[in-house]
Amino acid sequence: MSEARSTRRGFLAGGAIAAGGALVGGAARAAGDPAIMEAQPWARHLGDGVDARPYGHPSAFEKDVVRRDVPWLTADAQSSVNFTPLHELDGIITPNGLCFERHHGGIAEVDPAQYRLMIHGLVETPLVFTLADLKRFPRVNRVHFLECAANSGMEWRGAQLNGCQFTHGMIHNVMYTGVRLSDLLAEAGVKTAGKWLLAEGGDASGMTRSIPMEKALDDCLVAFKMNGEALRPEQGYPVRLVVPGWEGNMWIKWLRRLEVGDAPWEQREETSKYTDLLPNGKARRFTWEMDAKSVITSPSPQAPILHGKGPTVLTGIAWSGRGAIPRVDVTIDGGMNWVEARLDGPSFEKSIHRFYHEFDWDGRPLLLQSRAHDSTGYVQPTKDELRKVRGTNSIYHNNGIQTWAVNENGEAENVEIS
Amino acid sequence: MSRFPEALGLAFAAALIAAPVAAGTLGLGRPALPEEIEAWNIDVRPDGLGLPEGSGSVEVGEEIFTEKCAMCHGDFGEGAGRWPQLAGGAGTLTGARPVKTIGSYWPYLSTVYDYVRRAMPFGDAQSLSADDTYALVAYLLYLNDLVEDDFTLSKENFAEVEMPNAGGFVADDRAAEPFAKPHEVCMTGCKASVAITARAAVLDVTPEGGAPAGAETEDGPAAAAPEPDAKAEPAVATDPAPAAAPAEAAFDAALAAAGETLFKKCKACHKIEEGGKNGAGPALHGVFGRAIGHADGFRYSKAFEKLAEDGGVWDAAALDAFLASPKDFAKGTKMSFAGLKSAEERAAMIEYLKSASQ
Repeated sequence: MSEARSTRRGFLAGGAIAAGGALVGGAARAAGDPAIMEAQPWARHLGDGVDARPYGHPSAFEKDVVRRDVPWLTADAQSSVNFTPLHELDGIITPNGLCFERHHGGIAEVDPAQYRLMIHGLVETPLVFTLADLKRFPRVNRVHFLECAANSGMEWRGAQLNGCQFTHGMIHNVMYTGVRLSDLLAEAGVKTAGKWLLAEGGDASGMTRSIPMEKALDDCLVAFKMNGEALRPEQGYPVRLVVPGWEGNMWIKWLRRLEVGDAPWEQREETSKYTDLLPNGKARRFTWEMDAKSVITSPSPQAPILHGKGPTVLTGIAWSGRGAIPRVDVTIDGGMNWVEARLDGPSFEKSIHRFYHEFDWDGRPLLLQSRAHDSTGYVQPTKDELRKVRGTNSIYHNNGIQTWAVNENGEAENVEIS
Repeated sequence: MSRFPEALGLAFAAALIAAPVAAGTLGLGRPALPEEIEAWNIDVRPDGLGLPEGSGSVEVGEEIFTEKCAMCHGDFGEGAGRWPQLAGGAGTLTGARPVKTIGSYWPYLSTVYDYVRRAMPFGDAQSLSADDTYALVAYLLYLNDLVEDDFTLSKENFAEVEMPNAGGFVADDRAAEPFAKPHEVCMTGCKASVAITARAAVLDVTPEGGAPAGAETEDGPAAAAPEPDAKAEPAVATDPAPAAAPAEAAFDAALAAAGETLFKKCKACHKIEEGGKNGAGPALHGVFGRAIGHADGFRYSKAFEKLAEDGGVWDAAALDAFLASPKDFAKGTKMSFAGLKSAEERAAMIEYLKSASQ
């Protein structure tokens, strides 16, 4: 919280600097910009040598670019969540240290030498693999988003949290290296009656989810690297399940066991949680796929426009659990008129896509929205369209269109509009 | 390692002898032993697959619940603070504020058994015996008015219990929602005017704006816009602790490190980092040298309220006595921890608490 506060201070200070910047800029034309005219310390004195930072960290000036939590959401930090600082990121890849965390029993610190993966149940040969065994299977590299089913879940009743880090930050997008789950299952030999898979984590919550065999054999991975290096402990080191396009809770971290069965296990996280209550009192279950969704990451409440009117870059991200994103529309007038945004960067199935819209801001208030279209033709709905069918108590799978109101000063706020 | 390396010795020998590897497989890994599968395979399905032998009564369940569960879930499963409510909520699922408990929402009893056995008590998972788990599940049924107080749950009668919301779930039919079909979208002149209908700034619950008291929460993010006056946790007027000067700055780092390892069993209830908040137990940063019963804002048991009035300080002697037998030191304490029998372990723990008080 103190960090968040310091960011607000930083923002206010930044505003002051920006306002002053115009004056300095004017002065610079007369006397020369001190940033140019005066020798800076880094241009004069020697810096750290090569061994000073054996594992590199971001610049000290980026210290506020961190995951943050919303303390009032949960009872404690071991069964809780924090949020990716989407407003500070660009491109499509989330840096490993900024990928949001959701734990149910804290971070398991697994010794890789003691790591074992067991496959049993309806298989010909129940097997145990070490980490070294897993690395002897053919490897694949895939870029996929992982989104918590409850991302934007705090917004069902109305605009609540001021910042895309908090409204949309339960997502990250990572390149995984691992082996095909289908290869591991083939090694054990799935029996004909084996239609379901139970995946279990080795953490203190013993996290479990049932996964239909069709999905397990389709595109799931057993991953041991993220963005080229070992998984981070908070992301399941040494091994996690990758379930592309499906809700993050199923991507079991610290994966230790895969059981093949003929029916789902109806575990806590697929009955009492991760089921979507509707107004008639019935709840949808097994709502695995993540629907197409997008959000403008800048400008946004934590990333105001500081430069005043003139050329302005609007950017954001879009994704779908059913495929790629061929198109994103944006509006700056609250949906009266829309334009197609410019997609830039690699496009992968079930991955985050980056979009931009450059415009000349006239300094008047803006109402910003983005609308994703996915490769199946699905169009991101409005929040009101969702509420009309689902009410406001379904918690999960809120993929409604987000609105930011930008005022004359460039400050942005989370709002809802007619 | 390949599947049968020890039996066959050298890898090339394995190749020559042609180990029994199915077509299209690599022969990696080794067979799992039946006892290994048994050690890890504790899941239970609605059809009863995986239920262990055993039984437990409501009466025994109440004892275990009071000792191990009530500090978070409340004496009657009503939930303390933001911890999950386990009982009640019948008839609320269609209302504005659904209360989703075992009785009102969970479709299968097997899920309760499975979850309690695999993940509870929080911070000491998989420590309950099969019988204790049956007893706890029986007590949870009793708290939800689903069985009488003389009920005993067992592997044999498990399938006879039907959960009230068993029929409350439907398949994922999002694809049939009116907006889900591919459709053309309007691009220009789509509406004549736009008005702002809701603003997040009005609620002011974003972390930089400070947290509201008792926001509505789920496991995970809150489903609801918090109502600042709802469910506010009663604040207990506690005077700031009399500033007892921390005894000595010096501590034994190796001993403290051993204490830190021991402290893992305390972490579920006690925060120790600087600025850590009260949980099920009081925050412990700075506890060494602090007045007994004076963690800011913590609701103490009557036992500790009395000790606080008596005016003691958490010095090494007091901590040692408390840690040796919490219930003897403070009869009626809410802390369920049985204590540390070993004097060495207590010394290590005290050293760690000292190190975290500087």
